[in-house]
Amino acid sequence: MLSPDIILAAVLNGLMNGAIYALIALGLTLVYGVLHIINFAHGATLTAAMFVVFIAFTVFGIDPFVMIPAMALGFFGVGYALQRFVVGPAAQGSDNNVLLITLGLSIMIENGLLAVFHSDTRSIDVPYGFSSFDLGFTFLSVPKVAGFGVSLAVALVLWVILIRTDTGKAIRAVARERMGAELAGIDVEHIFAVTFGLGAATVAIAACLLMPTFYVSPRIGNAFVLVAFTIVVLGGMGSIPGAVTGALIVGIIESVSGLFLDESLGQLGIFILFILVLLLRPTGLFGART
Amino acid sequence: MIALRTLCPLLVVAGLALIPAFTSANTTLNFLVFALIVALSAQGWNILAGYGGQFSFGHAAFFGLGAYGTALAQARFGINPWVAFAAGIGLAALAGTVIGYLSFRAGLRGSYFTLVTLAFAEVFRILFNAASFTGGAAGVLVKLDVRPENFQFASRSVFYWVVLGIVALVLLLTMRLERSRFGAWLIAIRENEAAAKALGVDVLMVKLQAIALSAAITGAAGGLYVQYFLYLDANIGFGPWISVETLMAAIIGGAGTALGPVLGALALHGLGQLTKGIAGGTPGIDLVLFGALLILAVAFMRDGIIGRLRRLLVWGRR
Repeated sequence: MLSPDIILAAVLNGLMNGAIYALIALGLTLVYGVLHIINFAHGATLTAAMFVVFIAFTVFGIDPFVMIPAMALGFFGVGYALQRFVVGPAAQGSDNNVLLITLGLSIMIENGLLAVFHSDTRSIDVPYGFSSFDLGFTFLSVPKVAGFGVSLAVALVLWVILIRTDTGKAIRAVARERMGAELAGIDVEHIFAVTFGLGAATVAIAACLLMPTFYVSPRIGNAFVLVAFTIVVLGGMGSIPGAVTGALIVGIIESVSGLFLDESLGQLGIFILFILVLLLRPTGLFGART
Repeated sequence: MIALRTLCPLLVVAGLALIPAFTSANTTLNFLVFALIVALSAQGWNILAGYGGQFSFGHAAFFGLGAYGTALAQARFGINPWVAFAAGIGLAALAGTVIGYLSFRAGLRGSYFTLVTLAFAEVFRILFNAASFTGGAAGVLVKLDVRPENFQFASRSVFYWVVLGIVALVLLLTMRLERSRFGAWLIAIRENEAAAKALGVDVLMVKLQAIALSAAITGAAGGLYVQYFLYLDANIGFGPWISVETLMAAIIGGAGTALGPVLGALALHGLGQLTKGIAGGTPGIDLVLFGALLILAVAFMRDGIIGRLRRLLVWGRR
């Protein structure tokens, strides 16, 4: 029989994975909330960021956690440019076009990486990779605890940016009423690109947090992004508190159901949850009625 | 005089039908059969998304069910392959109706519908990969028994003509649909669902019929696939790549046009073959090109290749 200790350990582990899911989901939900589109290139962006972290470590010996500020800034720039110069102009204002263009981007990034790195899985070997805190009944991996802390801090920073800064106010204005924001003098195209940039920055940070304990391969982003879709839908598309709560819930569900279910069926629970939420309550737990 | 819109499809089909007369190379025929199977799959997607505006990213669900239905009916129940093929198509149509009923009734549109189709395809992939009835991860084999009544032919050309015949049939059906009342309703829903509803279109019913037809056609593509390659596993049948290739062929050829998916599939596969020939063993290079093409098609070619050709012709006549 499963002892409470094992279940508690699974819950803790799930919380820590959930925090990283939250970071990935934040970018998706932010872009959805403002642009009302799903960025299908989100997963590929994550993969690309993980490869950058991988190269920085193996070639230059830079620690993933040290990379966080540079990665966040760099990917903000990449995301900004992508929306401003590729996705925005190419979509010509149609939502379905955005779906297709971001899908095209994701195919290009993913297979470009495949052409360069082939389908091998790679991981990095940081000195603290296996160190852990002893809680008596279980061990907690140090890099995962650090990742948990950084994730929540980033979510908080994002929240403060949205609530306290002028740019944040403009983002919320565009999300609420695009036309009105435009009439009030907000440069909507700029705000769209900033939002896209913020989304890319959050996955770039997630990549830094994942690499010490995880591996990278050209298709790895998909696995995460499907979970992130579930979280975004569960939390309510466009809702930041929803994404964080949803991510922690999904992290725990995944970890605990891993104790009971066969490995091959592990992801099934997530997809079924996803479909049920979509069908029964598409606005999610926190989403406003549209 | 025959109108251009009738002449073009006729020429394309006739041209394709003549190819085996000039070459019997296995590689060429393999390539053409696969390209036509993708074309058929894309024709199915085109009904729901091209005409109806409901963007599915999960048509692999129907492709896989058509393929598994065809394969399992033979392998597990010993049913005649032609009947099994029909059963596969029926299974796909049924799944389409159920998925459509659940999601359209819940009011899922746009991105939400796209996501839910993606999730259904993944659920099928995981389930079929795990269940022992479907052969699990090892997949399912169709017994080699080359007889026409077994839907297996000694000559690849014959199979090619069968696939082409089905593609031509769906082409005809789509052209009829364009001019039918049902087609007009479907396009009205794509352009403005609320307005269509206000004018008395039974939106749910029309969408359901569209997804059932769409799923049946894509399911037929799956059935043909397994009948040709005689092997299937969940990552082939329900793989995300099938969904992507299906929609790409339709978009690049011209979504919402009858001939678009066929031209798109041929162009896409021709180009893929070409880049593979040039780039050699580097994996993924052809797909990078596909992704770029998808973006370019969306950005610069409204209505895809067909739209381009049409504008060229109209411009030329002026």
